[in-house]
Amino acid sequence: MIAALGPYAHFILLSYAAAALAACGLTLWVILDHRQLRNTLAALEARGLTRRSARAAARLASETPLETRA
Amino acid sequence: MSFADLANPSRFLAFAGRLIPWLAGLTLVLFVAGLALVAGSPADYLQGETVRIMYIHVPAAWLSMLTYAIMAVSALGTLVWRHPLADVAARAAAPIGATFTALALVTGSLWGRPMWGSTYWEWDARLTSVLVLFIMYLGLIALWRTIEDPTRGARAAAILILVGTVNLPIIKFSVDWWNTLHQPASVFRVGGPTIDATMLLPLAAMALAFTALLFTLHMAAMRNEILRRRIRALGLTAAGAVR
Repeated sequence: MIAALGPYAHFILLSYAAAALAACGLTLWVILDHRQLRNTLAALEARGLTRRSARAAARLASETPLETRA
Repeated sequence: MSFADLANPSRFLAFAGRLIPWLAGLTLVLFVAGLALVAGSPADYLQGETVRIMYIHVPAAWLSMLTYAIMAVSALGTLVWRHPLADVAARAAAPIGATFTALALVTGSLWGRPMWGSTYWEWDARLTSVLVLFIMYLGLIALWRTIEDPTRGARAAAILILVGTVNLPIIKFSVDWWNTLHQPASVFRVGGPTIDATMLLPLAAMALAFTALLFTLHMAAMRNEILRRRIRALGLTAAGAVR
């Protein structure tokens, strides 16, 4: 099959290998980065650190009478 | 959900979480179809089988410019409309654009070596302007990493991105304005494409697949950038509480 690609087969194969490396590298980067960020965020929230908007939402929920909550 | 609703990072995260698996699936299907069409396409009468490098080189080159155009629109969003996700979009796009530009340069060299003779590189206008684009991407990534405050970093990067857009028409028209070794445009040109349909179809399919990959990766990288900023904000809150 490689022979069918002619005398410059290694240039063609190297190009496709570079494309595969770029696509897989970027995909792995976003997946691993997302996993690490999610874990870090979960660890911070487990320590009781929450965003201002989350705190405001929690405060609003605690101040709203139960019968009026959706 | 309207487009304006996506300006809210929490809503964007929910939207991205639902969309990314579909985009990833579409990308995979398009790549399988594109590679099948490439495998069935004929050899060129002059280039021979080496023409197959074009099916990845050309989409990579197009996307290197499309990604920068996305960053330019985001830069306007930062400076003019102060959109909360504009800098997130620009910053998330930069590493992806840099990778596509590097891929265009590498595959171009690998095509040029057998086709142009004993050279991987020529300092001609098209190659040099694409190299400048690659350096612009690296410079922007470095700038974002250097300035710790995201607001200040966003404004500085937006200005630099807009200055850099002058390079996009130079890249596109370099083959018309100067006498270069790189061949002139053969797809997006006045009078229509000069490529035979048997090669245009696999090229279009691969371009679609690469574009779907760009949008999938960009959305995932934007989601990561929002999480990174939340972690930074929580870290600052924690530091403030300790003081």
